[in-house]
Amino acid sequence: MSFITRGFSGRRGERDPRLPPGQTLVTDWPVLSAGPTPEVDTADWEFVIRTENGSHQWTWDELRELGLEDIATDIHCVTHWTKLEMPWRGVSLDRIWESVETEHEFVMAHTYGGYTTNVPLEDLLDGKSWIAFEADGEPLDPEHGGPARLLVPHLYFWKSAKWIRGLVTMPTDDPGFWEQNGYHLHGDPWQEERYW
Amino acid sequence: MSFRTPAALAGASSQPTVARRRATWHVATVADSRPETSTARRIELDVPTWPGNDAGSHLDVRLTAPDGYQATRSYSIASAGDGTRVVLAVDELPDGEVSPFLVHDLRPGDQLELHGPLGAFFVWTPPSADETPRPVQLIAGGSGVVPLYAMAAAHSAAADATQFRLLYSVRTPEDVFFRRELAALASAEPALQVDFVYTRRTPADWPTAAGRLTRNVLDTAAVPAASRPSVYVCGPTPFVEAVAGWLIDAGHRAGDVRTERFGGS
Repeated sequence: MSFITRGFSGRRGERDPRLPPGQTLVTDWPVLSAGPTPEVDTADWEFVIRTENGSHQWTWDELRELGLEDIATDIHCVTHWTKLEMPWRGVSLDRIWESVETEHEFVMAHTYGGYTTNVPLEDLLDGKSWIAFEADGEPLDPEHGGPARLLVPHLYFWKSAKWIRGLVTMPTDDPGFWEQNGYHLHGDPWQEERYW
Repeated sequence: MSFRTPAALAGASSQPTVARRRATWHVATVADSRPETSTARRIELDVPTWPGNDAGSHLDVRLTAPDGYQATRSYSIASAGDGTRVVLAVDELPDGEVSPFLVHDLRPGDQLELHGPLGAFFVWTPPSADETPRPVQLIAGGSGVVPLYAMAAAHSAAADATQFRLLYSVRTPEDVFFRRELAALASAEPALQVDFVYTRRTPADWPTAAGRLTRNVLDTAAVPAASRPSVYVCGPTPFVEAVAGWLIDAGHRAGDVRTERFGGS
C-alpha cells in the first residue's frame, strides 16, 4: 500500500518478530473491562462445564488439584498492546476436559459479572488454554480477572475471559458479549481478526 | 460485594446486534487542529466514507512512515451522528509514539488512516419510542471525558428530555476538555448538569479545596442508584476501578455501569 502520513517516522528499534501486526510492546499490564470489577470469593467459587450430556463442577481446590503448571507466553490485546514472555500458572483445559464428553465443537465462556465470549473447542484443547490463577508470580488481581480467568494466549486477550465461571458447549459458533459488540468472532492476532 | 449475574447477563444479551455501522478502513484528511489544553489537541478530520458513529464509540488511527513502518492506536471519538466530520481530542503521552506526533506534527491537509467506528457497548443512543427513558450519569477522569462529551452532545442534539449529568474529575481548570461546549450544554434546554472535581488546583472562587474524587462527593454529585441511571465511567484504570466499586457499594447494579479504562494498571 502506498499510503503515507506526512512527517511520521515512528520511534522504533528492531521490530520484535514475536509482535503480531498492528501491536506495540508494553511492559505494564493495561486493563480492558466493560463494567465494574466483580469480587469473587474463592470459598464460593466454582467452575462448571455444561454439555448436551450434563454438567461437571469443580470447587476451587478440586480444580487446582487437577495439576497446576507454569506457562510463559506472549499475550496480545485487541487495543494494540502485546506483552512478551509473561509467566502464568494454571490448570490446562486438557486436564479438565478428560472427564467431559461432547459432540459440540464450540463453547461459550461464562464469567462472574455476566460477560461471555465464544471460542471454538479446537482453540482450547491440545495445550492451547488454561484456567489461570496466577500471573507474574502473584495471585491474579480482580481487575485482571482474579481469582481465575481463562487463558487462551494465541487469541486476542478478550477471549481469555476474566472471572471465569464456566464453559457451555454449543453446536454452532454463537457470538458472546464482546463479539456482539463489535469484536471478531475468532480473534487471531496474526490475522488481525480484531473487529467485524 | 456480590454480583447479580443473571441481571448482568440479561443486560449483556439485550444489546442490539443489528443496525450497527460496519467498521472498515477510511482515509481521513485533517481539516483543523488546535490546542484543546496545554497537553492536548483537538483534531477535526474529514472522512468522506465515514458511515457516522454512535456517541461513545472509538476508532483506530494508523500512521504509515515512508518505509512502510506502521503504528496503530485507539482513540475515543468526540463527535457523533451521521456526519463525515470526525473529531478527536488527543492528550499527549510524554513517552508515547503516536500521540506526540498527532499533537505536535499533524497539520491541516495531512492524511491518515482510520478504522472504525468501533464498539457498540460503551455508547449512548437516544431512547426509541417504545423505550422508557433512563437518566444518565457520566463520570470522567481527565481525557476520559472525550466519549462522555460525545454522549452529552448527542443527548442535546436529540432534544432528549432524559436527565443527563456529568461528573468530571480534572487536574486544573485549564485541563478541562470542551470547556466552552460543556458550558453551552449546561445552559441549554434540556440542561446537562456538570459537576467538576479539581484534583490539583481549583478556580479562584471554588468552595472546596483541590483533591481527588471521593466516595462522598460521588454520592452527592451523581444520580442516585434509586433512579436506576445508566452510568458511564471513563478514565485511567485506577480512577475507573475506584469509581465503579463505589457505585456498586452505593447500590447501582453492575449491569447498569459501563466502563472504559485507559493506560497501564
